[in-house]
Formats: sequence, structure tokens, C-alpha cells
Amino acid sequence: MELVVFVLAAAMVLGGALGVITRSNPVHAALSLVLTLFGIAVMFVSHNAHFLAAVQVIVYAGAIVVLFLFVIMLLGVDKAEDINIEPITVQRPLAAVIGVGIMGIIIAAIVVADDVLVERGAGLASTTVDNPDGNIRQLARSIFSDNVFAFELTSVLLLVAVVGTILMARRVKSNGAGK
Amino acid sequence: MIAAIQPTNTWYLILAAVLFGIGTFGVMVRRNPLVMFMCIELMLNAVNLTFVTLATAINDINGQVVVFFVMVVAAAEVVVGLGIVVAIMRRRNGVTADDLTALKG
Repeated sequence: MELVVFVLAAAMVLGGALGVITRSNPVHAALSLVLTLFGIAVMFVSHNAHFLAAVQVIVYAGAIVVLFLFVIMLLGVDKAEDINIEPITVQRPLAAVIGVGIMGIIIAAIVVADDVLVERGAGLASTTVDNPDGNIRQLARSIFSDNVFAFELTSVLLLVAVVGTILMARRVKSNGAGK
Repeated sequence: MIAAIQPTNTWYLILAAVLFGIGTFGVMVRRNPLVMFMCIELMLNAVNLTFVTLATAINDINGQVVVFFVMVVAAAEVVVGLGIVVAIMRRRNGVTADDLTALKG
């Protein structure tokens, strides 16, 4: 059963990822991205990370992709780009070599270091019928005690991002029109 | 027989590595800045999947906490990045990264 879930979710993830890099229309690429994000959310659930799965769907698929689509529509760049043009001659083969190389290095590291992965943490609360909010309780306890400083810094980051974006996207009035 | 096979953590890690490689390739190949951002999101998600898998593997909640912070930073990054894209697009009509070769007034 777990195998079926893994195979289906992996097909969603890889199919969506290939869609993002091969579809010439940015809207289609954004919708392929949604497929990938949902596949990742399924994998989070199968790893007992239920809170992160919900946040993945709400924040990524709900907010970030909608923001992408909104900007695509706002700028009117939803016409298909001709992806057969290769501006730099050896760019694609070189990019393929680098991408496959990075992939190969990581996979080699994973395979080599497989026996180093031993359980050494304090333990994960699994979500069961008796303990329906085990994961979110444990996560909240960690965020609001051990990592509370990082959590507070996050609020500063979000504030800076919002103010900076407003400042950038604001239409600057010329001197004559401002009066 | 087949149903007896369980996906191990290594499978998830290898899938995340493949997703990261695809994202890297996309960032280097695509010329539309919006699609390049989407490829960066693919790479971030690959890392998130790795963190969650390793949290399970070593039985520690901190991997999931890191993913939470990565999501927050990713949201902020997309907001700022798309703000820059909107600001650039408003001044010129070019829609590909090649049109930005001369980044001057």
C-alpha cells in the first residue's frame, strides 16, 4: 500500500517537474508546479508530517502559485515562449551535464551514507486516532521553545519583504504629476 | 510479492535528488524569469522533502521545524522576486532574461 502511494506521488512529482521545465506556456508551467507540490504534500503525509503537508498545500499551492499566476496575468506574458531557440550554443548540453552531475553526486552520497542514518533523535510523535494532534503539538513545542528566536526573526523578514515589495512595485510619480 | 516491498527512506532521498537536478537544469535552461522562479521552487521542495525524510530517518522533529522556516523564507523570496520582475517588466517589454543583458538605465 505504501509502495502504491509512493509510486503515484513520485509520478506526480516527476511529471510536474518535467512539465515545469518543458512547457513553453508559463501558465501551464505554473499548473505543473501545482502537481509537483501536491505530490510532495502526499509524501509529507506518508512521513507523518501532517502539519507540513497542510501548510504545503495552503502556502505553496494556495498562495505562491496563485501569486505566480497573478503576476503572469498582470504582465500579460502568458503567450508561449519559443523554447526551441537556444541563445547560447552549448547551453543546454552543458546544463544537462551539470544537472545530471549534481543529481549523481547527491545520489552517490545518499547511497554511500545509507548506513549512517540511524535513529538518534528524541523521537517523533506519530499521529494516531488516540493522538490526533501529536505532530502539530510536537512541532509547536519545538518552534516556540527551542527555535523561538528564529521564529521571531521570521516576522522581521516578512515585514521587510512586504515593505520592500511595496516600495519596489509603487509607481513613482514624476514631479509635475505629483502636485 | 510486490506488495511486500516497502519504500525506504533512501527512495525518498533519491527522488528528492532527482527533483533537485531537474530544478537545476530548468534554472539554467529556461529564459522566462517567472519559470526560473518556479524551478527554484522545485529545488526548494526537493530540499524540503529531504529534510522531512531525514527527520523520519533519525527520528528528530527538528528536520520538520527547518522545513517550516524554509517555507516562510520561500514565500518571502517569491514576493520580493516577483516584485522585482514586475518593476522590470513595467519599464521594458522584454519577457526573457536575455533582454536584461545590459542592466543599465
